[in-house]
Amino acid sequence: MAQAAIELIGINKSFGAVRANRDINLEIVRGTIHGIVGENGAGKSTLMSILYGFYQADSGEIHVGGQPASIKSPNDAIALGIGMVHQHFMLVDNFTVLENVILGAESDALLKKSIAKARSELERLEREYGLEVDPDAIIEELPVGLQQRVEILKALYRGAEILILDEPTGVLTPAEADHLFRILKQLKEQGKTVVLITHKLREIMAITDTVSVMRQGTMVATRETKKTTVGELAELMVGRRVLLRVEKGEAEAGGVKLAVKNLTVKDSRGVTVVDDISFDVRAGEIVGIAGVAGNGQSEMLEAISGIRRAVSGSVMLDGKPIDLTGAADPGELRDRGLAHVPEDRHHVGLVLAFEENENSILGYHDHPRYLRGPFLNVDAIRDDARDRIAKYDIRPADCRLKTANFSGGNQQKIVLAREMEQDPGVLIVGQPTRGVDVGAIEFIHKRLIAMRDQGKAVLVVSVELDEIRSLSDRILVMFAGRIVGERGPEATEGELGLLMAGVEHQEAAQ
Amino acid sequence: MSTPYAKLPAWADYGLIPVINLFVAFVVAGLVVLLVGENPLRAAAVLVEGAFGRGQGIAFTLFYATTFIFSGLSVAVAAHCGLFNIGGEGQGYIAGLGIGIVCLAFDSVLPWWLTFPLAIVAAAAMGALWALIPAYLQAKRGSHIVITTIMFNFIAASVMVYALVGVLKPAGSMAPQTRTFLDGAQLPKLNWVIELFGAKIRSAPFNVSFLLALAMAFLVWVLIWRTRFGYEMRTYGHSPKAARYAGISETRIIIMAMMISGALAGMMALNPTMGDQHNVALDFVSGAGFVGIAVALMGRLHPVGIVLAAILFGMLYQGGAELAFEMPAISRDMIVIIQGLVILFAGALEHMFRPYVQALFASLSPRTVGMEAVKGKGA
Repeated sequence: MAQAAIELIGINKSFGAVRANRDINLEIVRGTIHGIVGENGAGKSTLMSILYGFYQADSGEIHVGGQPASIKSPNDAIALGIGMVHQHFMLVDNFTVLENVILGAESDALLKKSIAKARSELERLEREYGLEVDPDAIIEELPVGLQQRVEILKALYRGAEILILDEPTGVLTPAEADHLFRILKQLKEQGKTVVLITHKLREIMAITDTVSVMRQGTMVATRETKKTTVGELAELMVGRRVLLRVEKGEAEAGGVKLAVKNLTVKDSRGVTVVDDISFDVRAGEIVGIAGVAGNGQSEMLEAISGIRRAVSGSVMLDGKPIDLTGAADPGELRDRGLAHVPEDRHHVGLVLAFEENENSILGYHDHPRYLRGPFLNVDAIRDDARDRIAKYDIRPADCRLKTANFSGGNQQKIVLAREMEQDPGVLIVGQPTRGVDVGAIEFIHKRLIAMRDQGKAVLVVSVELDEIRSLSDRILVMFAGRIVGERGPEATEGELGLLMAGVEHQEAAQ
Repeated sequence: MSTPYAKLPAWADYGLIPVINLFVAFVVAGLVVLLVGENPLRAAAVLVEGAFGRGQGIAFTLFYATTFIFSGLSVAVAAHCGLFNIGGEGQGYIAGLGIGIVCLAFDSVLPWWLTFPLAIVAAAAMGALWALIPAYLQAKRGSHIVITTIMFNFIAASVMVYALVGVLKPAGSMAPQTRTFLDGAQLPKLNWVIELFGAKIRSAPFNVSFLLALAMAFLVWVLIWRTRFGYEMRTYGHSPKAARYAGISETRIIIMAMMISGALAGMMALNPTMGDQHNVALDFVSGAGFVGIAVALMGRLHPVGIVLAAILFGMLYQGGAELAFEMPAISRDMIVIIQGLVILFAGALEHMFRPYVQALFASLSPRTVGMEAVKGKGA
């Protein structure tokens, strides 16, 4: 019965000097959920891209269903019954669900017939796998969880027997993720094979049958999920023991460093996304903001850092008020000692096309240290960049390298190094470890705690509840643009989860 | 996590690929030449011979290149800020007005080396002013810079017709142009530099504005990669959100970048007016502003690349003129087709051959693209 759905033999793939995959052997058993874990840059996505025909292996063989297969394009992969659900959805936003599902797989020259056929097929798929979606809904009006379901439907509609999911829960709320896992289990029961790529070990433990660990382009181990532990997997991923929970002493909170007062923010459509919130962050403490993504956290961060104009509200930095409703300038806030690590490092915190050293001054490029009159003091910039590369262990240690060529964790370290090294009084951090590998997470958490211990006020916004719980001295929960509760770090996951879901305070206390 | 293309050695990236693109453009152009019944190889020989064969040709090639360096730099400065300035043509044309006024006012009183700086300032100021209005509309009102700069080309053309037919034309003259400038507004030729190498030149308009163009190329490099303003410009050009995060003013950066771009476009008017015709005539820019777009793209927005691309286009202009003369079947329009093909392959289809070159490099010598030799079974 344990027949291999996919067998990879001796796969090698290099990009320039980087050997993304070396001598990978992998067997995925039909009708199982197979997890592949590894740090960012370990080669997981490359391996799956080879399987799906985006890349060609430099050498090696792929067997599908026992037969040698040549996969030169995604079309070949689809023909072999391999479907992929991408991390970033490949959907046409203003098309309906049905139109998206048949896109590229129309059965007839006239759309009407294709759509009628697809409609009955979709109904069957929905019945069989519990994938309910309104076929006539417009994609952009659907929540991300449902959009992902459409991606899965797309793959199944094309006859996928083997489904690859690349970091599927990155954009989902915990409840949506649970629903996804139920769907995956159902798919498995119907005999489909699921390959789940992730770096979240808890998901692996929750739903996979087998797990393979990748590290630096090699496949270091394959384990039966029941017989392994989170600790062992983490160790295999990083190659050494990892502290999954940060060790920290008691906070010695001092005076208020950052006070946010009556902040209200509207989005571009005029909808109130942050609704009259006020809170303080004191010196020497980490305040964590928990919440499901999309409850106003991002807009709040942007308003506090001056990037987005607020409808009302101000921040007190060191006792001096700054109005956020006018043209608040991020530069001015920065000068007043507010450092900001933005949520979106790709478009906001970094310019990926820049050399590393150029990014190490972004926002501080008007600092006299980096200027000689109107000219950039290139020597000073590069010296500082090299110092930080050493201090924050940024790899590769090359300040002339394009930032896009660093891995996610190292990019985040570049931003953190820049913001922390300015010795700010207040540090606000959005999603400190999003898309960052386990080893770097540990490093980043330690640094944040070191900032706290130096008497800085630290505000952390994260959708990872574990992270909020392990870092914060106080936890504020945001729901629908408001702060709905404050808890200590000892609060249970269930308690916070209820608050995050908007269940009233009284019920949560029960 | 991984780049879609493997890296190529720098010489292949900046040398080999442009050469391949050019080669293909010439092959396709050759087919067109074949179609009109001429020998493409002879046509190519005539073209290259015409551009570089004699001192005379070289001087003309560099004369054309001078204008293209300015217009290419103009496009590049705006492009580094994420703006597509299509208005170089109009900015250069309107700059002729400034040059005309300065030259007509001072050519009888000042020597050329005093008139020239004044004319540079006037040309740059007029070009910058002409770019300022679209820039302001973009920064404050969100009017798309591509649309407004194109519209300003037409406005510039109309203004110049008005000025040259009425205000600037000497009384009694039938031609829509200013009077001929006196010695005090005629730029010295640089033909003697070419003659130092033994070539002979009868007469060619190659003049000192070429040196100004080279100086501007260097200054543009300094501006973009070595100044705070250039840094802010590039930040905004790559990611407006990152610029906002860094506290860079969007309005200021758009307006300043466009004014610098316009000033450079304005300076291209110096070469044909003070350097060659010694007057300001109708349509003296004759498309050089648009050629600048191709030059900037082909030069990868880098001043060194732009100078080289400008010389290539100078060659096409000069060699093309010779070709039209030598082979009557190849008309002036054919030359435009050849130039269009170069723009198509070197600009628009810049990356068409990249994957193949990379595959070739990877299979021939894995080491050059940073791979270790692949062991074991081939894929």
